[in-house]
Amino acid sequence: MTEPTTQAGTPAPRRKDERPGRAGGASLNRLGDRKKARLEELAQASAGKGGVSLFRDALRRLRRNPAAIVGATIIALFVLVAIFAPLIAPHDPVQRFDELTSQLAADHIPGATDGFPLGSDELGRDLLSRLIYGSRQTLFVGVLATLIGLAIGVLLGAIAGAFGGWVDNILMRVTDVMLALPALLLAITLVALASKSSQWTVILAVAIVSVPVFARLLRGSMLAQRESDHVLAARALGVKEHNIVLRHMLPNAMTAVIVQATLTLSVAIIEAASLSFLGLGDPNRDRAEWGAMLGDAGVRYFEVRPELAYYPALAIIIVALGFTLLGEAMREAIDPKNRR
Amino acid sequence: MLRVIVRRLLQLVVTLIALSALIFIWLRNLPGGPVDALLGERATPETRALLTKALGYDQPIHVQYGKFMQRILTGDFGNSIRTGDPVIEVIGRAFPATVELALAAMIVAVGLGIPLGYLAARWRGRALDHLTVVGTLLGISIPIFFLGYLLKDVFTQNIHWFPPSGRVGIGLDNTNITGFFVLDSLLTREFDATADALWHLILPAVTLATIPLAVIVRMTRASVLDVLNEDYVRTAEAKGLRHRTIRGRHVLRNALLPVVTTIGLQTGALLSGAVLTEKVYNWGGLGTLITDSITGSRDYPVLQALILLAALVFVVVNLLVDLSYAFIDPRVRVR
Repeated sequence: MTEPTTQAGTPAPRRKDERPGRAGGASLNRLGDRKKARLEELAQASAGKGGVSLFRDALRRLRRNPAAIVGATIIALFVLVAIFAPLIAPHDPVQRFDELTSQLAADHIPGATDGFPLGSDELGRDLLSRLIYGSRQTLFVGVLATLIGLAIGVLLGAIAGAFGGWVDNILMRVTDVMLALPALLLAITLVALASKSSQWTVILAVAIVSVPVFARLLRGSMLAQRESDHVLAARALGVKEHNIVLRHMLPNAMTAVIVQATLTLSVAIIEAASLSFLGLGDPNRDRAEWGAMLGDAGVRYFEVRPELAYYPALAIIIVALGFTLLGEAMREAIDPKNRR
Repeated sequence: MLRVIVRRLLQLVVTLIALSALIFIWLRNLPGGPVDALLGERATPETRALLTKALGYDQPIHVQYGKFMQRILTGDFGNSIRTGDPVIEVIGRAFPATVELALAAMIVAVGLGIPLGYLAARWRGRALDHLTVVGTLLGISIPIFFLGYLLKDVFTQNIHWFPPSGRVGIGLDNTNITGFFVLDSLLTREFDATADALWHLILPAVTLATIPLAVIVRMTRASVLDVLNEDYVRTAEAKGLRHRTIRGRHVLRNALLPVVTTIGLQTGALLSGAVLTEKVYNWGGLGTLITDSITGSRDYPVLQALILLAALVFVVVNLLVDLSYAFIDPRVRVR
């Protein structure tokens, strides 16, 4: 990178006679004029050079990072497959085919045959179609869990960060309790607390596990801003307190949270698979979801036909990798240490 | 320093009390709570009422909680619903297996992770660096139970290097003293049993180590890279210090600080992975106990004690990490 990003920030060299301390009482007016002139000068400088916002700057750095491009491509493909699943999938994912079921035996699950490129699953359904449709459920579970976790976490974090003091203290003790258990164990506990496991208990459990992370991240970032210059400036200008929190502090703090959400998505998908493996997943066998395909039938029939595990596992690994790559590239891009 | 410790200990107590209260209230307000779990299908309204009274579930919840805390503090967690044995004994029997596994996993993760991360940083941009970066990315993206099955398939079915599951070989009669099989066999000098125990330990330990290993490598690499750019390293070089001295005293020592935090956090979180790993290898430790007490009929007394134990371990480990800072970083000691 050769061109400088911002000129506005660099102070112009000050002449000796311009020192404000020397201005004296009588020349207050002149001092005001000089300040005005300086402000105009600054405004022109930034307008002329096209100062780059932090966001656009980060985006530009992101576009040059191959990891980000790979990650974004994987995610885009994943979302496209999920959207167009009915057009891509050769068969109905729920239908059990006679030509496949007839070949099922305790020690045999048929592999690739005519019309079924990846062969059958444990119930005589088309594995390829289930994988393609599985992207929908996986996306649904991952995104919803992350969004719920994000929403609750942002609410808690914003309240704690905006008020500080005892409110902050109480809310942070709450997250302490949530953080007192390792993530998967907390998820297991939460699912166990429900009387029956369902798709929703999985989503909620995975969501709640991510709440303290979001809450702490946002709180830390907002507390750091309470003392910062732009908040002080807004307060001095008489901006109302709730506007300072909502318009000045929250948007600045959200970047880190959104990056974290990208990383959480990959964790959420893997956690959902782990819950399925422990027998705490979605009991609906018709619904195709990668985590359930891998964690349930995949490992149960590993010795009969390991492909039942390989394909969904591969899908999960690639998608998790995609979110991790993009998330970390984003984190790098917004890190001021990397600004040049 | 002492004030910090006292404050953290108080925080720990508060966290544990809050957690115990939450678990207690939740577990008792379940549809299909402990009474139904005990009676199963044969429950009639009469037997249910009888048992509810016998177990004290008819009393107000705060009275129940008071009694519950009283019993916990005297070490009485009740009896397992599944086996009828005291919970303390059930957990005590499973505890050494998991500690042994966790210890082995952390030895693998730290022993490989720090050197790998350090070398990757030193040779940044070279083949080893690229390999570690890709490897660690895969490590955190792969569901570890799947990796477990994969390793089991390759190393026990295709090439018979390791035993597929369990902690002891068939026909091996080892003396049980502490429940730590490696330690026991060393104490009694049954070295064939030591070899056997280690043999069984390797695959599960590697499986469980995947995530901590990946995280430690990444943290070490990033941290060393940061330190290498510091002014004091350049100064040390300019002073003409030997590279070995710079690496040891200036780079590694400063770079290890965040790594220690990571090791602590990962150790505390190990029980998550243990639940999965132990199921894959039929290990019979705390992880197996957790799975068993959740699936099928739920074993609430065991579950409740396990959750409290896990929280205790997690919080204590984190406390130890904070304290260890004082020994590594003199700046913290001053404060």
